Amino acid sequence: MSAKKPVEVSYFPGCSMKTSAKENNESLKEFFNKIGIKLVELTDWSCCGSSSAHCVDTDLALDLASRNLAIAPPDKPLLVSCPSCTLRLKQAHLHISEDENLQKRFKDKWGKSFNPDLKVIHYFELLEEMDFSKLAKEIKKPLTGLKFVPYYGCMLARPPEMRHAKNYHNLLENMLAALGATPLDWGSGSRCCGTFLSVAKPEAITPIINEIIQNGINTGADCLITACSMCQLNLEIRCDLKHQIPTLHFSEVLSLAMGTNKYKRWFPRHLVDPTPLLTRLGLIP
Amino acid sequence: MKACDPNFAREIMEKSKTSLTRCFSCMTCSSGCQFQHIMDVKPHAIIRMVQTGFREEALSASGPWLCVGCNTCSTNCPNAIDIPAVMDAIRQTAIVEKRKIPEPNVLNFHNAVLNSIKRYGRTHKIEIMMRYKLIQRDLFSDMDIGLRMLAKRKLDLRASKVKELPEIKKLFNKAG
Repeated sequence: MSAKKPVEVSYFPGCSMKTSAKENNESLKEFFNKIGIKLVELTDWSCCGSSSAHCVDTDLALDLASRNLAIAPPDKPLLVSCPSCTLRLKQAHLHISEDENLQKRFKDKWGKSFNPDLKVIHYFELLEEMDFSKLAKEIKKPLTGLKFVPYYGCMLARPPEMRHAKNYHNLLENMLAALGATPLDWGSGSRCCGTFLSVAKPEAITPIINEIIQNGINTGADCLITACSMCQLNLEIRCDLKHQIPTLHFSEVLSLAMGTNKYKRWFPRHLVDPTPLLTRLGLIP
Repeated sequence: MKACDPNFAREIMEKSKTSLTRCFSCMTCSSGCQFQHIMDVKPHAIIRMVQTGFREEALSASGPWLCVGCNTCSTNCPNAIDIPAVMDAIRQTAIVEKRKIPEPNVLNFHNAVLNSIKRYGRTHKIEIMMRYKLIQRDLFSDMDIGLRMLAKRKLDLRASKVKELPEIKKLFNKAG
């Protein structure tokens, strides 16, 4: 696989991946690199509007997202990793596609016609097409012994206008099980982490986060695995249980299975240290 | 009690582009909501208030401000109502009408984020936190978490910036 010339995909990292969750960003690029896909960062990308713009100003939210649609290379899919950015960009693309007035607004703002064919995709959409049993034969470190609960947060929920699109329940479990890990069933995998209420209303979020982590512990998991960097941060900073378990980024675990040696830059950035667990399982020295 | 506003439902449906007259108050939204226990008026009741024209009550409720837009409710809704879009419409109406915001800390946070996007084109987390804490006059809560995040290099001191900043600033000017 690595002998071939890598396929290039344009990539929208978003603010979290680029700053507070660099370990998520780096490990995602590393994993895709290992499977022959090069993520090329979208030049001069800007914030998608995050959770805040749509709360106070619908037009501003649309414009902030649409700038990124305007600067994306038209001939390649735009790959997004942050679930929240994915929703903002996909929804903006959908709204503009369906409304001539918004297409005019787009042209007035960005001096070019809206491209209805631009594909905004979450990276799960690439993973879903892979043959996991084939990948399992290529990995360097099987994830044997890694008992985890999958934490999606709100990433698989969506507005009704998008409910007929494909969805990816169980992808995390299927893929990691194929690579040797043991997913455990639990009831908290799709409970929202609280997003910005973690800042604006922390006293309400700590009990929710504690319940999620405690459910993971009660299930017998050694860790939570999530594909959202904001969830990962909230789970780490708002849990005040005496006994905690780490929350790993999905991309970190995938890269470990591929035999990466770059993890030394990632794990020191965790507030709940995953290295004792990973050492015990022999996944890192 | 103030008179009901017979046009309120139409107003919110136009703004949110969702048909909330489809709601039959099954309460599925509220029962799945992770935050309903901290809301004074829960999602199903907000929808009911809009349907029945309780404009004042809906626009002064904390529920819409505590909705984070996680879409759990709209995924579960048997009538495919975009409930978070209704919450957006209610919040925005309250802002435009310069009403007293029931959860001012939430709006302060959103404003701190938007300020950062306006300045840099991206969110600069440490500055957002500092500005938010200053507005709240609460500098010391969460100081421990901030320091731990700094120690783990999870908070960049320098902002990551967009090069074409005038493009971003223009969006804010037009938005008022």
